[in-house]
Amino acid sequence: MNQQLLANFNKAFESKARLSIMSVLMVNDSLSFNAFKELLGLTDGNLATHLRALEEAGFVSVQKQFIGRKPNTTYSATDTGRQAFTEHLNALEAFIRGI
Amino acid sequence: MHESREHLQTLTEIRSLMERSSKFLSLSGLSGVSAGVVALAGAFVVYTRFRWQTLLPAPYGDRITSQLHGSDRTFLILVAVAVLALALLFGVYFTIRKAHRQGLSVWNNSSRQLVRSMAIPLLTGGIFCLALLSYNLIWLALPSTLIFYGLALVSGSKHTLRDVESLGYCEIGLGLLTLCWPSYSLLAWATGFGLLHIIYGLAMYFKYERNTA
Repeated sequence: MNQQLLANFNKAFESKARLSIMSVLMVNDSLSFNAFKELLGLTDGNLATHLRALEEAGFVSVQKQFIGRKPNTTYSATDTGRQAFTEHLNALEAFIRGI
Repeated sequence: MHESREHLQTLTEIRSLMERSSKFLSLSGLSGVSAGVVALAGAFVVYTRFRWQTLLPAPYGDRITSQLHGSDRTFLILVAVAVLALALLFGVYFTIRKAHRQGLSVWNNSSRQLVRSMAIPLLTGGIFCLALLSYNLIWLALPSTLIFYGLALVSGSKHTLRDVESLGYCEIGLGLLTLCWPSYSLLAWATGFGLLHIIYGLAMYFKYERNTA
């Protein structure tokens, strides 16, 4: 039974940082790299790695633009990402109920 | 056991992250109180110069409103601008203070959203009321400021404390009600911007801040 439930857990959301990133993107249309950094208190490298992993999984989309001369990168959740995250949360919930 | 507590901790943190990233929660109750005090002072200044009659609508006060000179209008606009500037100044000060105590930045994603969602109704209302004022319709301009301010609060409440929404409805209701009894417009204005702000501010202060202040 538990084995089956665990199958719905999404590896992409395993770390706390990625869970946080996706949660924040669920309630915000888009967020900049700096806003993430301030919110999560992660280092540039660490945050970039997590964001890239989510981007590669197709759960997060990246928009690069310039404000004046400063590059500004914003992130938003894709539809696939929203769906995958919701399923992950449902799996978590089912797992907790099963305990 | 230890591990499950850690997971719970993580969940609490994530929930707070979601809230903090989408809502501006550093709005201080003291900002409301100071805005209310400033508004009451402004209403009193206007009252000492005009008394009630000057602000009556056409059927009752046509004779008097038509005498409203350019200098009176300038005086009204000056008072309004002074009230707005002082209220904003104190409001921003207390909010910055609260944000610093919480260790948060003031100008972030959520505060930008808050300002943006309030700006449209406020700017529209501001221009609309200036137009009313230019036609000497002061009795109509006063409730209009209440109505547009209420709309701005309702629209902004999505990005800050939910309680702001009820304050918005009160302001809109008061503004609409005043349209039926325009002779009380200055009194209603003082109630809406003064009294309601003070009550709301104190309520928020005791609800969210007293323990942390």
